[in-house]
Amino acid sequence: MAKTHVSTTINGDPREFLCDPADSLLDVLRGPLGLTGAKEGCGSGDCGACSVTLDGRLVCACLVLAVEAEGHEIQTIEGMATGDHLHPLQQKFLEMAALQCGICTPGVLVAAKSLLERNPDPSETEVRYWLAGNLCRCTGYDKIVRAVMETAADMREAAR
Amino acid sequence: MNEISNKWIGRNTIRPDGAEKVTGRAAYAADTNMPGMIWGKVLRSPHPHARIRGIDTSKAEALPGVKAVVTSQDFVDFPADKPVPLGIQDMRWMSRNMLAREKALFHGHPVAAVAAVDERTAAEACALIEVDYEVLPFAIEIDDAIAPDAPILHDFVQFDGKPSNIAGKLEHKLGDVDAGFAEADVVIERSFTTRPVHQGYIEPHACLVSVEPDGKTTVWSSSQGQFMVRAMTAFLTGIPQSKIRAIPAEIGGGFGGKTICYLEPVAAILARKSGKPVKMVMSREEVMRATGPTSGSKSTVKIGAKKDGTITAAQGVWYLQAGCLPGSPIRGAAGCAFAPYDIKNVYALGYDVVSNRSKVAAYRAPGAPIGAYAAECVLDEVAEAIGMDPLAFRLKNAAREGTKLAYGPVLPRIGYAETIEAAQKHPHYAVPLGKFQGRGVASGYWFNAGGESSAQVNITEDGNVVVTTGHPDIGGSRASIANITAELLGIDYNRVSVLIGDTATIGYSNLTGGSRVLFASAMVVTESTEKVIEQLKGRAAQIWGIAPDQVVWENGEARPIGEHSGNFPSMTLAELGAKANATGGPIGSGTQSNTIGAEGGFATHVVDVEVDVDLGIVRVLRYTSFQDVGRAIHPAYVEGQMQGGAAQGIGWALNEEYIYDKKGRVDNPGFLDYRMPVCSDLPMLDAVMIEVPNPKHPQGIRGVGEVPLVPPLAAISNAVYRALGKRFYSLPMSPPKVLEALDMPMAAE
Repeated sequence: MAKTHVSTTINGDPREFLCDPADSLLDVLRGPLGLTGAKEGCGSGDCGACSVTLDGRLVCACLVLAVEAEGHEIQTIEGMATGDHLHPLQQKFLEMAALQCGICTPGVLVAAKSLLERNPDPSETEVRYWLAGNLCRCTGYDKIVRAVMETAADMREAAR
Repeated sequence: MNEISNKWIGRNTIRPDGAEKVTGRAAYAADTNMPGMIWGKVLRSPHPHARIRGIDTSKAEALPGVKAVVTSQDFVDFPADKPVPLGIQDMRWMSRNMLAREKALFHGHPVAAVAAVDERTAAEACALIEVDYEVLPFAIEIDDAIAPDAPILHDFVQFDGKPSNIAGKLEHKLGDVDAGFAEADVVIERSFTTRPVHQGYIEPHACLVSVEPDGKTTVWSSSQGQFMVRAMTAFLTGIPQSKIRAIPAEIGGGFGGKTICYLEPVAAILARKSGKPVKMVMSREEVMRATGPTSGSKSTVKIGAKKDGTITAAQGVWYLQAGCLPGSPIRGAAGCAFAPYDIKNVYALGYDVVSNRSKVAAYRAPGAPIGAYAAECVLDEVAEAIGMDPLAFRLKNAAREGTKLAYGPVLPRIGYAETIEAAQKHPHYAVPLGKFQGRGVASGYWFNAGGESSAQVNITEDGNVVVTTGHPDIGGSRASIANITAELLGIDYNRVSVLIGDTATIGYSNLTGGSRVLFASAMVVTESTEKVIEQLKGRAAQIWGIAPDQVVWENGEARPIGEHSGNFPSMTLAELGAKANATGGPIGSGTQSNTIGAEGGFATHVVDVEVDVDLGIVRVLRYTSFQDVGRAIHPAYVEGQMQGGAAQGIGWALNEEYIYDKKGRVDNPGFLDYRMPVCSDLPMLDAVMIEVPNPKHPQGIRGVGEVPLVPPLAAISNAVYRALGKRFYSLPMSPPKVLEALDMPMAAE
C-alpha cells in the first residue's frame, strides 16, 4: 500500500515522515523517527506509557493515527529537558525516587507536565485523577504523587 | 559486620541510571534495532487443549517477505520423562512452554513462529500456517482438574500410581498437630480460594537476536537475569553458552515474571535460519494470555489456641495451579504461611496442580501471599474468638531468635516482634473509624536468597571508580551499590559509576529475584572494594618506601601510621590512580562468590478500608507497612519496595483476577478489564522501616523486595470483615462479590 507523507512539528522541530495508513503515531515515533522514549505497554490506551501532547492536549500516541499528526505540534519526553537542564519534574522525580524500573516514567512525566501547565496548584486528589491513566506497577504511586506536588510548589515559588 | 560511618549508606542519593530514565533515553528491551533487522511473530493455539497431529508451514514460507518459519522440531527435544533442571526450572517444561510439542496445552500456547520483513507480513504468514489439531476436553479450574473424570494433561504425570493432574506435593511437619489441637481451647478451620493474578509489568517481553555466520549469537532483551537468558537459550537451541552473549536491556518491571524467557530462543533460531537479526515484541494480549501469572489456589487452614493466646497447632493444605506444566510455588505457600510464629506443632501440605492455563511464573514472594492469606485470616478469627487484640495475639506467638520453623531452619536474630510493636505504637492503630470502615492487620514472611554473584571494582586513571555487577537493576540497586562503594572507599558518591555487565563482561550472576540482589551484590562489591583498598595501601607504601601495614585508608586517602606517621603527606585516590602504572599496573579487583547468610524477612501491615455498600467498592483509606529491612542502604528505594508491594497486594485482594470464558479462553487479556490499581484508587502508602541488621552480612542487609506482598491479602480481608461484620473467604473482594455478599442486586440487572 502506498505510504502517506506527513509534515509535523515534534519538540519544536519541523519533521516529515512516510507512514502506512494503519500506523499509529507511536509506531512512527518509535520507528522511523527514533524517539523511543514513549513506550508501548498495551497499545490500547490503558497504560499511558506512550503519553505525548498533540497541540498541547495529552494523548496516548498509540491511539492517534500517524496521519493525524499532519500540521500538528507534538511534544514528547525527548523534548522535556532544555539542553542539559532537566525539567523540574524530571529533577524532582530523581531526588524523590519516584521511579523504580522507569518504564512508565516518560509517560508519567509528560502527563504531570501537562497537568501543571493547566493547574499549577493541584490537590492530591487532582494529581491522582489526572494520573489515573498512567499505570505504574512498581511504586504504588506514593512517591510519584509527592514528587508532582512538590514540583508544583517549587514552580509556584519560582514564579513569584 | 563492618563499622559503618553512614556518610553514604542510608542516604537517598540520585540513582546512577537516573538521568537517562527521566529523559526517555534508557534503552529497554523493545528500544534496540539493528540494520537489516526483520520481525518475528508467534502463532498461538486457538484451543485450550489439543493434540498436534501435524503442522504445514508451506503456505507461510511461500508468502513474499517471509524469511523463516520454525516449529518445535527446530529446537532441542527434551523427553518428558527425564528431568533437566536449571535453577528451579526444568528444561522439559520450558521447551514445551516456549513452543508446544506433542500438544497445545492452553489457549494462546505458541505453536510456531515466523520471521518476515515486517510485523504485518509475519502476522499474515502466521495465519497461513495450517495446524492439524485433535481437539481435547480441557480443565481450567483446580476442582475440574482434580475431579475423578478430569481430562489428563500429561500421561507421564502420575500421582498415587495413576495418571493425574496433581504433579507433585510438598510436606512440612513439626511436632504433633493432633496433640496440639487437643490442647487448644479454640480451634478454627476455614477454606479459601484465590484467583490467578498477573505480575503486571508495564513492559511486554521483547528481544532482538543476531546470529552471525560463524554462530556467534547476541541477545538484547530485558529479563531478570542475562545469565538465565544465556543458559535457557543455550539449552533450548543447542547453541553453546560460549557462543551466546546476552546483553541486559533496562527492564520495565518483572516481579518474578521475567525470571524465565519466552522469546529469545525462538528469535535465535529464526535469526539463524533467516541469516538476519530478528526482533520480537509481545503485545499486551500475548503477555496476559501466555506469560505468568501466579497461581490461583484453594486451601484449608486450621489453627488452635489456648485461652491465654498460645497457639498450640497449625495445619494447612494448599492446592496451587501450576498452569499447563508442573511447577507451582507450593514451597512458598506451605513454607511461609506459619513462619512468623513460634508454633510447636505444624503440618503444611502443598499440591501442584496442572490445568489448561498458561504456565505460572514467579511473582514476588512466590506462593507466600497465598499461604499467608489463609493463615492470617484464620489467625484473626482465633484472636477474636479468644478475645485478644490481633496484634497482641501475633506478638505473643511471634517467632524470635531460636525459633524452629516447620520447613527446617532455626531463626537467627530477626526483627519480627519489632514490626508488631511498632504497629501497636503507631498513631494509625489508634485512629477512630466510622460506619462501614474497618481496620485489619496481618503479618508475613519471605525466605530471601543468596546465591551466585560477581563484581568487578576498577579505579580509573583519574582516580574514580567503576563498579560492574551482573544483576539487572529493577528498582534502584545501582544507587545502593554506589552508596556502599562510596562508603567503603570514603569518597564522594558521584565518583562511583555502577554498570550492569553482560554475560561476556562480568562473571556469572544469578537472577534478580528472591530479594537477593542487594544482599549478594553488596557482598561481592564489598569484598572487591576491600581488595582494592589493600592494593591502594600497598601502592602508597611502595611510593613511600614503608611496609604496607604502616598505611591506613581513611576518608579516601592513604595515610602513614606508626613510626612513619606524619612523615609523608596523605595520598588521595586520584594521586594513586595517576601513579598506578608506575607502581605495578592497573588497580582493580573482582570477586565471584556463592553468597550465603540471606536471612528471612518479616513484615506486619495495618490497613483501614471503607466499603461503599451501594457500589460494592472497597476503598483503602490508610495503609501502613512495618518491615524489618535489615539495613536500609538507600531508604527511599526500600520504602519504594514496601509501597509497591502493598499496592500489588491491594490489587490482588480487591480487583485483579483472570476470568475465563466457557471455551477456556482468558476473557480479560488487557489492562482495561484486568484492573490493576491506578493512581486514583490508592492513598499514600506509609512505610515504617525497622532496622535489625542481618548479622551474616557486612552491611547488615536483608532482602526487602518480596515480603511487602505477603501480608496485604489477609490484612485487607480482615479489614473488610471489621467494616461489614462479614468474612470473605475468596479473593478478589471485587464489587460484584461484595454486592452479592451484601445481598444486594447488581445495579441495572
